[in-house]
Amino acid sequence: MRKERSVIPLILILASAAFIFLMLALPLLLILVESFRAGLDFFAAAISDPYALKALQLTGIATVSSVGLNTLFGLAAAWAITRFSFPGKGLLTTFIDIPFAVSPVIAGLIFILTFGRISWLHPFLSAYDLKVVFAVPGIIIATVFVTFPFVAREIIPVLEARGTEEEQAASLMGAGFLTIFRRITFPHIKWALLYGVILCTARAMGEFGAVSVVSGRLRGKTNTLPLYIENLYDEHQFTAAFAVSSILVAAAIIILIARNIVEYTAKKDEDTNVR
Amino acid sequence: MHAVKRPLPGFGLSLGLTMSFVSLIVLIPMFTLVLMTCSLGWDGFWRTVSDARVLAGYRISFACAFTAALINCFFGVMLAWVFTRYRFPGRRILDGLIELPFALPTAVAGIALTALYTDKGWLGALFAPFGIKIAYTPYGIVITLVFITLPFIVRSVQPVLEQLDKTYEEAGYILGASKITIFRRIIMPELMPALLTGFGLAFARALGEYGSVIFIAGNMPFKTEIAPLLIVSKLEQFQYGQATAVALVMLAVSFIIMFAINLIQTKAAGFTR
Repeated sequence: MRKERSVIPLILILASAAFIFLMLALPLLLILVESFRAGLDFFAAAISDPYALKALQLTGIATVSSVGLNTLFGLAAAWAITRFSFPGKGLLTTFIDIPFAVSPVIAGLIFILTFGRISWLHPFLSAYDLKVVFAVPGIIIATVFVTFPFVAREIIPVLEARGTEEEQAASLMGAGFLTIFRRITFPHIKWALLYGVILCTARAMGEFGAVSVVSGRLRGKTNTLPLYIENLYDEHQFTAAFAVSSILVAAAIIILIARNIVEYTAKKDEDTNVR
Repeated sequence: MHAVKRPLPGFGLSLGLTMSFVSLIVLIPMFTLVLMTCSLGWDGFWRTVSDARVLAGYRISFACAFTAALINCFFGVMLAWVFTRYRFPGRRILDGLIELPFALPTAVAGIALTALYTDKGWLGALFAPFGIKIAYTPYGIVITLVFITLPFIVRSVQPVLEQLDKTYEEAGYILGASKITIFRRIIMPELMPALLTGFGLAFARALGEYGSVIFIAGNMPFKTEIAPLLIVSKLEQFQYGQATAVALVMLAVSFIIMFAINLIQTKAAGFTR
């Protein structure tokens, strides 16, 4: 049923390639061209500006901490949800999904209400001198919120499908929690976990809406890289804005490649395991 | 019947950790939002959300998000189809690029798209002679949202197309159905649940999108001012109550969309089993 009238595939392929080129590749190309518009020296100066470095550092801190926290949470939640039955489990999974339904700006608003000056928690927070909003902890909490379901969502289905027989057997033979996790559970979930971590990193590094609301944008203090780009752009320093953006573009491309490698390797792994 | 079922270790630890995280990140903040809502009062809430500028913001946000998700239904199905049905050089690279909007920070996407579509931009300059402005108009907002939400629909539809049993198509073909009929009557019904899910996810994301849109929108009240921006500007003026009121409507819509997606998915799962 192939062969005859092979123009339709050709048209569809060309249309798809054109669409991807115009929508996805062209913006990337533009960032590269624009960032070197004023020459290599300007580019180097823009990305080594102290404020840029400070913002890069903060983005790094926020990304690493939120990915770490969400990995810990994702593993704990997946273990509790797939390995035990307890009342309120359905409700718990719904709570984990809530951040998906909340716009980042609204997430920021919610954290201002919770940890800011007007909060019911404010007397408690100020008594212990905890500064959350307009400070680094707020940025981290907001980033954890927007990436909250990523890791858990990737691991839960894998553990669910796997069943508990092997772990039961190990437990019966006297293996402790750490041994079971390290020797039996982890090898099965490693690709899913890595995939979740990659998704989480991508989102955490670029988060804008939620962070922009809670950070207070103190330049050199609570400005992340995306917020710093906005500052430069608003001040009409377009070339500098694009130069700084190219750091994030490079990170995004690395993430994309890593994602494809993980997906490919995981598929191959699965094929060999299934016999 | 299983022989012995020994409980696995780590229940207390894992549930304890999970509950601490969920409480700090989701429950306490949501509870605070409810408290804030209660202190608003119906009058205050209604006065804020029925304000003409807020209504215009909702209208722009909803219309642009809906249009973008609809456009992506078309292109998303086309791309998923091309990736699963045809083999051609460069397919893996194109396929790998689809996730770019997830990996690229939204602010970066925002300034890049704005620069592309202004009157002097690479693409905007092509339309400017015809008097068509894209950046700083709703068209620009829609294009940005198409960019942001493209992966949702492609990645919802693609797995279904990959697993589709080709024998039905062949049967249709042998019985004399045209390609269009086969697509419309055999393939589309199979894709529908995934497409609706993808549409819902894309619409919800587009509705709340902020980082990429504010650059290209121009943010003119009543014309290109989106609802999330209204929340931010109310916050900047320390109007916490008004910001909450604007947010509540958006939240309600998002929750309804998520609920509908869950419903579609359980229903689809029920059919296949």
